[in-house]
Amino acid sequence: MSTQDQYGTRRSHPRIPRPRTLRLVATAGAVALTFSAGLATPLNPAPQRAEAAGGKKVLTVAVAQSVDSLSPFLAVRLVSTSILRLTYEYLTDYDPGDAHPVPGLATKWAPSADKLTWTYTIRSDAKWSDGQKVTAQDAAWTFNKMMTDQAAATANGSFVGNFRKVTAPSPTKLVVELKKPQATMTALDVPIVPEHVWKNVSDLSKFNNDKSFPIVGDGPFVLTDYKADSYVRLKANKDFWRGAPKFDELVFKYYKDQDAAVAALRKGEVSFVAGQPALTPAQATSLKGQKDIKVNDAPGRRFYALATNPGARAKNGRKFGDGDPSLLDQRVRNALFMAVDRKTLIDKVFQGHAVEGQGYIPPRFSTYFWKPSASQTLSYDPTKAGQLLDQAGYKKKADGKRVGKDGKPLHYRVLCHATDPNDKAVGQYLKEWWAGLGIGMTLDCLDNVTDPWLAGKYDLAFDGWSVNPDPDFVLSIHTCAALPATPKDTGATDNFICDKTYDELYAKQLAEYDSAKRADIVQQMESRLYDLGYMNVMAYPNAVEAYRTDQIQSIETMPRAAGNIYGQDGYWSWWSAVPADSDSSSGGSSTGVIVGVVAGVVVLAGAGFLFARRRGATADDRE
Amino acid sequence: MQPTAPDAASASVDKAAVPVPAPPAVRGPRSRTTTAYLRYGAGKAGGAAVSLLAVLVTGFFLFRLIPGDPVKTMTGGRQVSAQQLAAYRKEFGLDLPLWQQFTDYCGKALTGDLGTSYQFHTPVIDKITEALPNTLLLTGTAFVLYTALGMFLGTRSAWRRGGLGDRLNTGLALTLYSVPSFWLGLLIIIVFGVGLGPVPGLFPTGGMESGGKEGFAYVLDVAHHLVLPVITLVAVEYGQTLLVTRSALLDEMGSDYLTTARAKGLRDDLVRRRHAVPNALLPTVTLVFVNLGRTVAGVILVETVFSWPGLGGLFYQALSVPDLPLVQGLFLFFASAVIVMNTLADLLYPLLDPRVGR
Repeated sequence: MSTQDQYGTRRSHPRIPRPRTLRLVATAGAVALTFSAGLATPLNPAPQRAEAAGGKKVLTVAVAQSVDSLSPFLAVRLVSTSILRLTYEYLTDYDPGDAHPVPGLATKWAPSADKLTWTYTIRSDAKWSDGQKVTAQDAAWTFNKMMTDQAAATANGSFVGNFRKVTAPSPTKLVVELKKPQATMTALDVPIVPEHVWKNVSDLSKFNNDKSFPIVGDGPFVLTDYKADSYVRLKANKDFWRGAPKFDELVFKYYKDQDAAVAALRKGEVSFVAGQPALTPAQATSLKGQKDIKVNDAPGRRFYALATNPGARAKNGRKFGDGDPSLLDQRVRNALFMAVDRKTLIDKVFQGHAVEGQGYIPPRFSTYFWKPSASQTLSYDPTKAGQLLDQAGYKKKADGKRVGKDGKPLHYRVLCHATDPNDKAVGQYLKEWWAGLGIGMTLDCLDNVTDPWLAGKYDLAFDGWSVNPDPDFVLSIHTCAALPATPKDTGATDNFICDKTYDELYAKQLAEYDSAKRADIVQQMESRLYDLGYMNVMAYPNAVEAYRTDQIQSIETMPRAAGNIYGQDGYWSWWSAVPADSDSSSGGSSTGVIVGVVAGVVVLAGAGFLFARRRGATADDRE
Repeated sequence: MQPTAPDAASASVDKAAVPVPAPPAVRGPRSRTTTAYLRYGAGKAGGAAVSLLAVLVTGFFLFRLIPGDPVKTMTGGRQVSAQQLAAYRKEFGLDLPLWQQFTDYCGKALTGDLGTSYQFHTPVIDKITEALPNTLLLTGTAFVLYTALGMFLGTRSAWRRGGLGDRLNTGLALTLYSVPSFWLGLLIIIVFGVGLGPVPGLFPTGGMESGGKEGFAYVLDVAHHLVLPVITLVAVEYGQTLLVTRSALLDEMGSDYLTTARAKGLRDDLVRRRHAVPNALLPTVTLVFVNLGRTVAGVILVETVFSWPGLGGLFYQALSVPDLPLVQGLFLFFASAVIVMNTLADLLYPLLDPRVGR
């Protein structure tokens, strides 16, 4: 190879990117960015404000969860069901004050004497957004579809599991016949769809209701546009029977990162930000006291618990899993829980954004809330916990460790959610406290805890559920009926609890139509759960969320006195939100214009300099 | 890098030193070169086909090693009857023996059917085609910019190695290359999205569009949303190109032909641009094609921080369920893109350097 040969490379391969080309591309990119920067201020001073172009009042809510489907028959995620709650009415709603059932599509309802037939009166002043009247036939069609089509039962099939027959004898009368009494008939969280639209859908398992807009509904908002993981846009339904919402539009905008969502709130790009499920203490602290921002630190609807493996088993009697046998002794379970200092957890882990746990149902559901009596309470008492373990036969050895009946040291595996920082932090405290008792602990933090959980391969696990106004579901997951049929099957059980007394109480409350009597039975169930010691409710985490007061003047919380805004049992928050009268100016726009222009000029000047140099070089070359 | 034709000056020297070659035969050197290239290309294409097959097989079995029953995971936390669970299994073909699931999967994949997403009730191919343009817009724009910037600065750094500019360039590139992209993204959001001190918030804090815009207004809106994520990506990615370009050029710096070029009286700038850089391009071209293959995979962290609705975020969502058809489909898609781009790079090498493929 000769050096001369090398010189020829340029001419024989003209497609090789040359520095000149690269410089041009880089300069073009810089100009494009500058141009775009210029757009930021004069043309688009503050996107997504409460008052958008044309004087429309727009409420923008930051969300993170992807929509799984917009079909009421398929959607199960919170964001999807919340959107559906805004676009389709249910038979009944929950009062925002105390969550008791109030009229929705049904104005009245009554059970028959034998408790097996419920008759609903359907309102005559409700219309679908395409102008057609809403009738009882729509409700009957919805329920019948769920009863006869497996695909239609995907999301809400459990609500019709006890239905025998559903008919609509007249446009305003709906009759539901049951197989056995069911007290939850005023808590049927099923969106009623328009028959004249949905009867044309051939395969409900594949129809996501997200292609043709606007979507025909009868809720306070009409879904007008959706782009996956970008936004969901809804328009106020001016003909909504309860009255039109005050905002003209409601937009759910995607922020996959919670810190970015908080930044968007600060800037005014969004009106409201909730959390996953709450803002972190650090985010809440940083937002508190900020101008035009209100932090809503509301009692939550979740409980946060430590669940003990009670010995995994199936309905056919087969045992499986590998839960530590020492945990089958109630004294051991109680001792473990008496070594948990709930107050420290609230103060240190939740930094005050939670309430100490007691009974199974959070206090915001006042009808069903229960707390143990003074004599029943398993309060923090490490000394007594040690004594209980001694009584159970797990005495401390010389090395300070307690040993099991097999002679091996007591050591528990605790399942934790890798994505939940609370689990990890609480786990560290538990490790320390239980070490004081002479018990070892391993924290197994996994992305997917479902598999070992369903297989019963754990000793203890962090557990938590959101509770509905009607507590039937969270109570049902501890009945023997919820166990899997065989070890290979999946049951609806939470953690394999199966107790005859609890089951009897569950059946009793489900057949009790008197709300006061039913609440009393539910509280007895909670008491029983507490005594069994399989579930230690450590905290009720708050729903910490924030909104801009210069965009939202007022908004309904649920419960009304002190409650949350996002993910309510109903449409109260967004339906009731009143736009602020302010001009929504966040300031800085004029500064933005100046800085944008200056930045643009600097970049363009730099590009010009490069071009000038390039021209000079070419001239030299020619010489 | 090798030339295929000498320039005028060298040709004249060659003519004096050697006899004029005989006219080429019917099957002359050009034909032999073409045949060799075709053979080389066929080999590379065959290798790519085998790789794709391996990806197809690996994708199926690899994701079945993820612990957990997808149906149980999907329905966890809900009241689901045994009948419903069985219906799910049947719908997604999970009730079939593994070998049958595998043959079904391979057969359908070859016809472009990647199955139906468990969580979105939508064909996987639809989810991919929905998110792909968004990812290509973000990563493609960033790719062009960071490649251009990296090559430009890398060339400058190498040419003036050891100087202040080189040290600054290399130091900054190494620093930014080492910075976690999500952290840098958050900083950029705070400074340029929200505004900090005298710097006002100039750009949207997240997302790809404001919604409700059409035509040119929509294009401007997307461009406006594109700025911050692109800056973040360029900042963390350009360093790699810079360092590779710089290193490759430094290898060429001591070559005799550069001395000769200078001795001819060519300007330093011309020697760099027209002689040194083209000969140092091969490693950079490799990197460019690898990066090009990666552009379709999206960038999970940057897409997450800027809430960009692309394939990276989709892959994360699919893995967290796990949504097997979606995971498999995306894996196949990403791997195919990388394989195709690497194959294209392989096919390009002989054109840039005739020694390759002989």
